[in-house]
Amino acid sequence: MNGLSANVVFEAGFFSSSPVHVALVAGGMVAVMSGVVGVFTVVRGQSFAGHAFSDMDTTGGSAAFLLGVGTLWGFLAVAVAAAGAMELLGVERRRGRDVATGVVLGAALGVAALLLFWDTTVSSTTGATTTILFGSLFTISGATVPATVAFSLAILAAASVSYRPLLFSSLSAEMARVRGVPVRLVGAGFLLMLALAVALSAITVGAILSTALLIGPAATALRLTRRPAAAMGAAAGIGLLGVWSGILVAYDSAQWPGHHGWPASFCVVAVIFVLYLVADLQGWTRAKRTATGQDRMARGG
Amino acid sequence: MGPAEASGNLVSLDGISVWLSGHEVLRDVSFSVRPGEFTGLIGSNGAGKTTILRVILGLQEPTAGRVLVKGKAGARHNRSVGYVPQKVLIDPDLPLRARDVVGLGLDGHRFGLSTSSGVRRRRIEEMLGAVDAAGFADSRMGNLSGGEQQRVLIAHALIGQPELLLLDEPLANLDIASGHEIVELMRRVATEHHVAVLLSAHDMNPLLPAMERVVYVAAGRAASGTVDEVVRSEVLSELYGHPVTVLRVEGRILVVAGSHDQTEILASAPHWLERT
Repeated sequence: MNGLSANVVFEAGFFSSSPVHVALVAGGMVAVMSGVVGVFTVVRGQSFAGHAFSDMDTTGGSAAFLLGVGTLWGFLAVAVAAAGAMELLGVERRRGRDVATGVVLGAALGVAALLLFWDTTVSSTTGATTTILFGSLFTISGATVPATVAFSLAILAAASVSYRPLLFSSLSAEMARVRGVPVRLVGAGFLLMLALAVALSAITVGAILSTALLIGPAATALRLTRRPAAAMGAAAGIGLLGVWSGILVAYDSAQWPGHHGWPASFCVVAVIFVLYLVADLQGWTRAKRTATGQDRMARGG
Repeated sequence: MGPAEASGNLVSLDGISVWLSGHEVLRDVSFSVRPGEFTGLIGSNGAGKTTILRVILGLQEPTAGRVLVKGKAGARHNRSVGYVPQKVLIDPDLPLRARDVVGLGLDGHRFGLSTSSGVRRRRIEEMLGAVDAAGFADSRMGNLSGGEQQRVLIAHALIGQPELLLLDEPLANLDIASGHEIVELMRRVATEHHVAVLLSAHDMNPLLPAMERVVYVAAGRAASGTVDEVVRSEVLSELYGHPVTVLRVEGRILVVAGSHDQTEILASAPHWLERT
């Protein structure tokens, strides 16, 4: 009975396929970490920086491809360099932060255009562009799994340790500074965390889509709960649900009639987006109900 | 050491001058705050009130002069000073409840995992009660009204058990009733928690029932003392550098430009003052 119902959902070989194992472990780990970092990103208003990192990762990924090293290392190298450059160019003021991000982003994308061109012409590997930009969960090499897990755990640890000062400086940098929070240092540390988080999501859903994994679950979670820790837990769960169900749909879709097969990245992002819409709709109706309630109170008083 | 310490002042400013981008914001400002005292820091927008608070907090280095907080130079990271800034823009998306904000006042500066002990919860609960915020303790900070947010921020500043609380224009953007509630709350808190309060405002009238001393700031200079000592035509004319008249009308104080026959109001509303 159980076996039968399971077979309807999981196509044959899902649990015995080694690329599926790698995808579930690496993708799941990254999803959990991205959820936590994503909540801080949204709360601190640094979604643009997150998006910029993901675009710049294209440069690192394409360079790594050209050099014949794992794309993860290209992503990570660019993450560290870009975070450093943005910090140096001035991330302290919000406006300065956006300008600095924009400048670094533009330069990096120019280089990416060149490298992607060389990837396809010089080395004649036609899949390079798609893999780097849109990811390929089923082709993650097993060798990069330990590094992915280790980096994700390190980021989670750093986020937990700086949890309170990070939240405090998001509430008000000035109040935090008065209370002795090293606001600048905490901000720089978070920028590095964000850069690495984006780099890790880039290997799962691709450089371009990594923001979806970072921001989508966080934005959804923030609609559902008003407690910071709960929001992070919910974001991690939503990310995990998105990635795992995306993997499942992608795997199953290869067996579906109509030949094509749906790429995992698309399925992951689609699930995350649908969850956001549901939460948003719910939040919207709730807000409307509260607003009419307040009207009634105002009229009564 | 100095006379400040000897006299038991909590804070003393001695000849403070501040230049910001080629502009003299404060000139030779001296005053002191004693323990448990409620002081109003009064002046129009741009008179230099926020700069004075920033100097006391150690966020602004004075160009000349000396600040002592509890006899020591520089209040930065000094646990004995609590601060509620003028504008805390709180995003409705910020996942912080009122009680989380108060909790950050207790241990938000600490790294490491949060320990949610019963003692911590009780202290937060107690502090929310002290500022009459228990009713919205679980509401998201961004969804609270201006007056409610102000209460939570006061609790946030108080929970660290400071000896001095600095509030920058807490009455700005509040309706008259909420303004009165905040002043009454601050008076109560000052007495019950033995905290000195230095509260800046552009209108001194709402503070009159609570204010024990006043620091009147105009054009970067300051005069301090009791209301009766400072808010007098001679003292304020000297401070402004041109003749002003202090009028007392039905328990309210109006400061108007010129001598008796002229009626341009100087210090009862901010938008009139900006012209002077």
